[in-house]
Amino acid sequence: MTATLPVPSLVEQFKFGLEAPICLTWEWTYACNLACDHCLSSSGRRDPNELSTDEIKAVIDELERMQVFYVNVGGGEPTVRPDFWELLDYAIAHHVGIKFSTNGVKINAERAKQLASTDYVDVQISLDGATREVNDAVRGPGSYDMAMRALRHLSDAGMRDFKISVVMTRHNVGQLDAFKRIADGFGAQLRITRLRPSGRGADVWDELHPTADQQLELYAWLVANGEGVLTGDSFFHLNALGSTPLPGLNLCGAGRVVCLIDPVGDVYACPFAIHDVFKAGNIRGEGFKYVWQNSELFKDLRRPQTGGICNSCPAYDSCQGGCMAAKFFTGLPLDGPDPECVKGHGEQALSKRDGDVLPKSTQDHSRTGKKRTVSLGLPSVRMPDRACDTSPLADLT
Amino acid sequence: MALDLEKPYRLNPSVALRPEPFGALAYHFGNRKLSFLKAPDLVEFVRGLGEHATLSAALDATGLTDARRASYLKALDSLAGTDMIVEGA
Repeated sequence: MTATLPVPSLVEQFKFGLEAPICLTWEWTYACNLACDHCLSSSGRRDPNELSTDEIKAVIDELERMQVFYVNVGGGEPTVRPDFWELLDYAIAHHVGIKFSTNGVKINAERAKQLASTDYVDVQISLDGATREVNDAVRGPGSYDMAMRALRHLSDAGMRDFKISVVMTRHNVGQLDAFKRIADGFGAQLRITRLRPSGRGADVWDELHPTADQQLELYAWLVANGEGVLTGDSFFHLNALGSTPLPGLNLCGAGRVVCLIDPVGDVYACPFAIHDVFKAGNIRGEGFKYVWQNSELFKDLRRPQTGGICNSCPAYDSCQGGCMAAKFFTGLPLDGPDPECVKGHGEQALSKRDGDVLPKSTQDHSRTGKKRTVSLGLPSVRMPDRACDTSPLADLT
Repeated sequence: MALDLEKPYRLNPSVALRPEPFGALAYHFGNRKLSFLKAPDLVEFVRGLGEHATLSAALDATGLTDARRASYLKALDSLAGTDMIVEGA
């Protein structure tokens, strides 16, 4: 539409924010049956202050009025909420489509049939290894079989184009083709996203984030296979590797087109930034719309950003300085290079920072709260601190 | 997807338009596709499309320049391609 009326590109317009988010992530609980090493929300135990059934329904009503057409529901493990299926039905009846992320724990044959017969709902099964060994080293023992069982149920129920969601790590970049085969085999769609140093991810990021060579491998794979593979637009920092831009939005959408509502109703600029610095407000009280439209933090994120020291880099236009959360949680300045800058500026910056005083997520519901090592092939075993920590369902009665 | 200027078109009833500073965001509840209408006047045009007997008549009623008309047609073609606008009065 630029023939007679010059209109800035959509990406430029998105930088100034939208009336309502396009991509809203909403975590319904911090409770989780698993304890993945790289959990971006440090989930495990339910928070006693989590939004009630009625409070969630009130937000759904508000989202319907704001015309937020669909939300990404996650956690924690959202399906362990006893009211999960009730809330799902409520959202759909109110024209708010739900795509939910799950490790598959509650997806049995019956639920799979229910999901397959429901319009306007999409399911995303998390799988971080194409083999049991690689997956379970990060997600814990039994998690591969759990995901595979859920995938089989969904496929058997006739559900199509549900998602297999993979966080790319040093151990699974080489499995990209295998992931694609698994997805194709189930009639599912592959979605791969970037590992962020958020939540417990900060503890394992140094060991798990892809190497520079693997970033190249990943970029080349996406250029060759990108059609039909979803990425949540999370790899835009790789665009500086070549002249072929990866499909999707080439910008950080935090507070502009994206945000997060956490289980206790706090609103953050993005799902990877659970820290007071990125907290815009809480939906209890003023409601979500007020926070989205009036938060000083969001107003600030919607002002033109400077590239800081990246301005002088010829690749800045293609990478836009990378991911805000990745910089923040690795202790790098927000107006400098991404820690995984493909030009190597991130590594340089990392070597100069004080790595002893990294910011930590301000919410931690981990059942142990301690750092664990990722030993490939030797699934990590966690000892509960307290008896009630063994099952997150214990406090959901 | 080829538009037929002599046929009527209308906004698909399954599509909702959310006003935005740049125009509108169009969401199709059936195929779950998201599109962007990148000009406020195009949004008004699409909303009123169903009131005209033909696409050609709808365009004539706007008094657009030839260049603008061409860019409208391009946008409409892509909206038809994703089922956002459909044939029929």
